[in-house]
Amino acid sequence: MTITKSIEIRDVIKFGLLAGVIVLSLSVIGFIDLLGTRELVAGMFTLGHIFMLAAPFGMAFVSAGKVSADEKNKALGYGFLIGVIAALPLVVLAILATSFDIRQFLPNVSPSLISLLTFGQGLTVGSLILVVVTGILGLLAAGLHTLPDRFQHPLITGLGWMLIAGTFSEILLGRVRAFFGRGVVKLIFAGKALNPIAALIIFVLAAGITYWLDTRAPKKEETVEDIKKLQKMTKIRIGLGILLLLVSPLILGTYLTEVANNVGLYVIMGLGLNIVVGFAGLLDLGFVAFFAIGAFAMGVLTSEGHLGLGLTFWTALPFSVLASTLAGVVLGIPVLGMRGDYLAIVTLGFGEIIRILALSDMLKPYIGGAQGILQIPKPSIMGFEFIQPESLFYIVLLGVLLAAFISWRLRDSRLGRQWMAMRDDEDVAEAMGINLVSTKLMAFASGAFFGGLAGAIFASKLTSIFPHSFNLIVSINVLSLIIVGGLGSLPGVVVGALILVGLPELLREFAEHRMLIYGALLIVMMLAKPEGFWPSEIIKRELHAHEEPEPVSSD
Amino acid sequence: MLQRLQNISFLDIALWALGAIIIFVVIWGTVATLIENPYPAQTWVETVVAGIAQGSLYALIAIGYTLVYGVLFMINFAHGEFFMSGIITATIFLAQPMKASGFLDAHPVISISLIAVTAILVSVGIALLTERVAYRPLRKAPRLVPLITAIGASFFWQYFFRGLYGSEVKSFPQFEALAGKASILGIPILKSHIIVIIAAVLMLIGLYFFIMKTKVGKSIRAVAENKDVAALMGINVDRAVAITFAMGSAMAGIAGVLFALVFRQVHFFMGFIPGIKAFTAAVLGGIGSVPGAALGGFLLGMFESVGPGLFLEGLGIPAPHQLKDVIAFTLLVLVLIFRPQGILGERLAVEKA
Repeated sequence: MTITKSIEIRDVIKFGLLAGVIVLSLSVIGFIDLLGTRELVAGMFTLGHIFMLAAPFGMAFVSAGKVSADEKNKALGYGFLIGVIAALPLVVLAILATSFDIRQFLPNVSPSLISLLTFGQGLTVGSLILVVVTGILGLLAAGLHTLPDRFQHPLITGLGWMLIAGTFSEILLGRVRAFFGRGVVKLIFAGKALNPIAALIIFVLAAGITYWLDTRAPKKEETVEDIKKLQKMTKIRIGLGILLLLVSPLILGTYLTEVANNVGLYVIMGLGLNIVVGFAGLLDLGFVAFFAIGAFAMGVLTSEGHLGLGLTFWTALPFSVLASTLAGVVLGIPVLGMRGDYLAIVTLGFGEIIRILALSDMLKPYIGGAQGILQIPKPSIMGFEFIQPESLFYIVLLGVLLAAFISWRLRDSRLGRQWMAMRDDEDVAEAMGINLVSTKLMAFASGAFFGGLAGAIFASKLTSIFPHSFNLIVSINVLSLIIVGGLGSLPGVVVGALILVGLPELLREFAEHRMLIYGALLIVMMLAKPEGFWPSEIIKRELHAHEEPEPVSSD
Repeated sequence: MLQRLQNISFLDIALWALGAIIIFVVIWGTVATLIENPYPAQTWVETVVAGIAQGSLYALIAIGYTLVYGVLFMINFAHGEFFMSGIITATIFLAQPMKASGFLDAHPVISISLIAVTAILVSVGIALLTERVAYRPLRKAPRLVPLITAIGASFFWQYFFRGLYGSEVKSFPQFEALAGKASILGIPILKSHIIVIIAAVLMLIGLYFFIMKTKVGKSIRAVAENKDVAALMGINVDRAVAITFAMGSAMAGIAGVLFALVFRQVHFFMGFIPGIKAFTAAVLGGIGSVPGAALGGFLLGMFESVGPGLFLEGLGIPAPHQLKDVIAFTLLVLVLIFRPQGILGERLAVEKA
């Protein structure tokens, strides 16, 4: 992989067209148009523009890296060319859309998309502007790549912070208003977006700070004292983190706390699935089954409607969790002998069976069929009811901390090491005296425990549950988030949940294309970074093992 | 293997008990239904024919799973989306406009050929693209990795086509010649079912001869046997794998057209459940074996069609047709427990299951 061939003009055309086709695809499925409604910097550009221009920019940046360092002009020229070529498919789309009625086939090729692509300037002028803009961007990207690291890094960081601030401007605005009042809001924001001066200031600040940090970051040898100090620091940091979590509903406000609650539920589920997939290596696609069982058990036990028994949340919680844990063992038994792909499909089948059963007329007298279970009470302690998201937050947080603590202790326990041995090689693990049956069943049971816990909290948080909420998408969400965070990594679960559950809730435009992004993300992660964003060291080593030269063996 | 059986004997007993219970329930339900006899003979015949027609669709899709599994030992999770992509594109760009302009009714044979060719081309194109981008770079990675990309590809294509054509159900036009029933041996059967069964059987036979008799087929079989040795023998492995994907997805494309002829509607999620069912069929027949996939498909179709009426009805379960999918998945679990190599399976399934 170390040999990089210098690229030829043919590659340039290929890269350019690739970038163009990516943007074209994003356009025709309505992604760019949808994002065009979110302004980043008032009156200047929207998130749609960013996604439209990101592909040519990135492609030019990458290809500049493949030109040898002493041919700067060549790199710049190629960058410009890639940008120009990338615009061509979009121009073709604009011409087609203005001359034919292609909207009857592709409903998302709307006039507003075409206006976005042509910068609102009409077909001829707009297309020219588009070509010039992408060309210049390609040139800039290539130029950025030729800059030395000490300029390149601050520039990219500054740009990144500005884009992040712009993207979340609506949420920032709400928080700034709550804490500093309208006067400050007017200084920073225009409408719902950042005003250009604020955007510039953010860029300059972020870039400046990064430059400053880069120049003064000293590199020195680590001593034992340093490591001890570091460990102490870690403990202090964890303490501070928990403290921050405890007060966070006050800072975040109702809406963001609600988002945090959803993220928290997914963290609990993710920690559960992480045991099954990450620790024990059993790919389970039916994780939603345990979530559903926990939720329905909670519903049936506590509901005040005609289906329920009317218990309190706290009495019902152990039984709900127990029910799903038992289900984990029962569903685990038939799949004990299966590995990999077969296990995936069968567990997927289990998930579907549970959902179909919950929907069916057969079980309707007990769990309500498609009408679901209503009037589930919220949790309460001594008369205090957890009604607001701000108070429910603490219950979710308690669940998350419990799940994280158990996962953490399990990982380093004898059982955890047995799981990992089994993940690496079942036959060898068995030869070492590990009882595969009990080890696997413990993995399924522990995973189901967390799934049921999340389901039980989910049911009383929503106060009504329907079989439709428990479809395959939930399983895929949970799987995606632990993969994106890093299989087998506990902090990875939190990172994954924040990215995959938190972001789409904050950016409603993304929610529409959520599954598309998940799918693409799964592929890209597996191709580029299979160990995830916050990897577990062991998994990272395993996943890259095949890239090292293989030892000569005789089999 | 024997050692393992001794270790988990309690487990074996549990599994056999599970099997025995399910068989008992099935027999009990069947007897109860037959005693009650709620349906006339005509209904049973129709159910069986519908089952065979459904089964032939499963068989065509199952071919794709079995071929790919044969060469790469991976479940191509996105196969159901190859099936969907072809027919949904052909419906939007050809079938609906041709119906609107009257061309479809004037020249039905030309129309259906155009639709079929388009569907196949799109399915094959999507399959080759997926193979190139998401599977080929990961051929040497741990087995979990390509499986995850396959799941990703499946959702990516579903929601890509949802974004492309919109999320609503699209109607596939009716062909006048295929409306209504024809009488065979005095039994009235839906014409669309007849076409589906005939077309599927022809395609399956053609594919079988392609794999067994042509040079390209031979290269696919060689790659399935051992990639390294096949490469040493001068076979271009990448090309053989790509051809395998192309063959499987072409079958899926045809299955898509037949599906649309029977059900007369298409939408972006239509490939997912049939895909999983077809996988079940491939496992049932023995994954890696072409005749096995065909047999498994027909059997699964029959089970699903006849099952709810035959053995769930007798148990007094209300609306048994809702539980059709449960039958398919239960069948899958039973096959994997008791005969993981499937009915006509080869030895490889035993090692890999």
